[in-house]
Amino acid sequence: MERDPPEGAEGDSATYRMAGSITIARAASTAREIAAEPDPLTIDLSAVRNMDTVGAWVVYRTVRDRKAKVVGANDQAKSLLEQVAEADHPARVRPEERGGFSRVLRELGEWVSEAGVTLLGLLGFFGATLIAFGNLIKRPKRFRINAVVQRFDTVGVRALGIIGLMSFLIGIVIAQQGSVQLEQFGAEIYTINLIGRITVRELGTLMTAIMVAGRSGSAFAAQIGTMKITEEIDAMRTIGVSPVEALVIPRLISAVVMMPLLAFWAMLTALIGGGIFVWLSLGIPPITYIQRLQEVIPITDLWIGLIKAPVFGFIIALAGCFQGMLVEGNSEEVGSRTTTAVVQSIFLVIVLDAVFAVFFSSIGWR
Amino acid sequence: MTGIPKDCDPVITVRGLRNAFGDQVIHDDLDVTVCRGEILGVVGGSGTGKSVLMRSIIGLQKPEAGEIEVLGENMIDRDEDEAKNIRRRWGILFQNGALFSTLTVAENVEVPIREYFPYIEQPLLDEIASYKIAMSGLPANAGPKYPSELSGGMIKRAGLARALALDPELLFLDEPTAGLDPIAAAGFDELIRSLQRKLDLTVFLITHDLDTLYAICDRVAVLADKKVIAVGTIPELLALDHPWIQEYFNGPRGRAAADTAEEHAETVGGIEG
Repeated sequence: MERDPPEGAEGDSATYRMAGSITIARAASTAREIAAEPDPLTIDLSAVRNMDTVGAWVVYRTVRDRKAKVVGANDQAKSLLEQVAEADHPARVRPEERGGFSRVLRELGEWVSEAGVTLLGLLGFFGATLIAFGNLIKRPKRFRINAVVQRFDTVGVRALGIIGLMSFLIGIVIAQQGSVQLEQFGAEIYTINLIGRITVRELGTLMTAIMVAGRSGSAFAAQIGTMKITEEIDAMRTIGVSPVEALVIPRLISAVVMMPLLAFWAMLTALIGGGIFVWLSLGIPPITYIQRLQEVIPITDLWIGLIKAPVFGFIIALAGCFQGMLVEGNSEEVGSRTTTAVVQSIFLVIVLDAVFAVFFSSIGWR
Repeated sequence: MTGIPKDCDPVITVRGLRNAFGDQVIHDDLDVTVCRGEILGVVGGSGTGKSVLMRSIIGLQKPEAGEIEVLGENMIDRDEDEAKNIRRRWGILFQNGALFSTLTVAENVEVPIREYFPYIEQPLLDEIASYKIAMSGLPANAGPKYPSELSGGMIKRAGLARALALDPELLFLDEPTAGLDPIAAAGFDELIRSLQRKLDLTVFLITHDLDTLYAICDRVAVLADKKVIAVGTIPELLALDHPWIQEYFNGPRGRAAADTAEEHAETVGGIEG
């Protein structure tokens, strides 16, 4: 690897002498050394023992770009040089991208149009499920009771543990934080009002909805998305089974039926958690706690919590199934669609919750 | 019959391999040797464990017993650093290409190079990816495409380009022509043959395709009854009277492939003569 002084026979051309094995392992250093040599250049390969296509490429591109001469190549080197020359078709590595302001504009435009298309699509999907419901009512024999019952198990029964634990802890947290504040006014007894009204009216249902969105909404999107990729859904269509009837309706029904039950369970466990806290910390016995709850929680609070639940369940299942159906192409999309499904359903649930809050207050259910 | 040619320089040696999933024994006391510079075809009915054999050799499946040596190194229970040195010297084409779906074809080819040789600068890296893509018979415009935009044949070629990224000595191909139309399959056979000659590769090739066997394999190993029951050239195998081998090569498809191979040989002979 040394530069020879210019010799008479070669004019004033520099000679870069390669030796040993010129392979991919030495490609980076060889390329750097060649780049440092001045033109015109002669590359002497007579001492090369072993070469691979990357080594040949480094030599070839010097010949191509700098009109270097190659001397002393053995048969292996010659054949490799020919092969890489044959394969010299420059290819782009990434698709073309426009940078700067126009790209920002384009992305903004895409984002807006995508949001619009998604909203329209969700509406269309809602319509498709209504049609499927209508068909099922006309021909109730096609209703897949087994699929629905199986979903009841996965969406409802199996969620009891985690939702119960979560609500129990939330009940304790509300009681603890509430009592600290109310103590300052000597009004600890109102902790019970706080726990009762906030869990039954708002948090029981809302937290359950968020948990179901994370647990089941994501599962719906991932399951249907994977079936989309493996062409199971196309297969269903060709056999004549409607994917909306077979996959979407059972999930929608299970979420709609299970959400109020889970919400009620969440309210109960939150009340129990709060009750245990006030008993142990404030010394209010359970019997007093229960009596007081009966006095302070109007029955309309329970109705509000339970009316919202199936609506939230419907939104979660709809968003999950819709995003699953939108999956196309590769496995990465299953992941991104699942994320979108969860974000979308939680967002819609909270927006609807606000609408409900205003509505119920204005009809006098305070 | 598990005859090994006299002048064999073994690249892969498997001795007494045993693989089992629970109670189901896939391989029991399996022996096979791959010699340097040959294309060894591995055939066998569905479920005879062809892919499991390949996965054991490349270390994706830990065998219950047996010895596996690749390029002179023991493959069982080795630490990660040593294994990396061997992995650099082989390339693998999985059955469905196994291209990284979030990267373009060219970036897929660059992944192994980047992993082992991080000092190669980006422009040179891109050039290397370009010529590998061209060598695998893909058009230059396939470089910036994502795997989901490619046809089945192109995915196989892109997978081959990635397998060849590090200029390996040893190439594993898992059913390279499965799912290709006959023209694409013949083209792919030709590509493998020519690359094997040009780059001096040793090829371990799993296939169902009789045409591939006749066209490019030097020797064929037959997997049945949990072992390699025979290894040899196709004429050698035809001389055996194992029922599965006879049915495989002398069934209607086997004969058709043999006829095609014969015709091809005659045409070539006629031109040369």
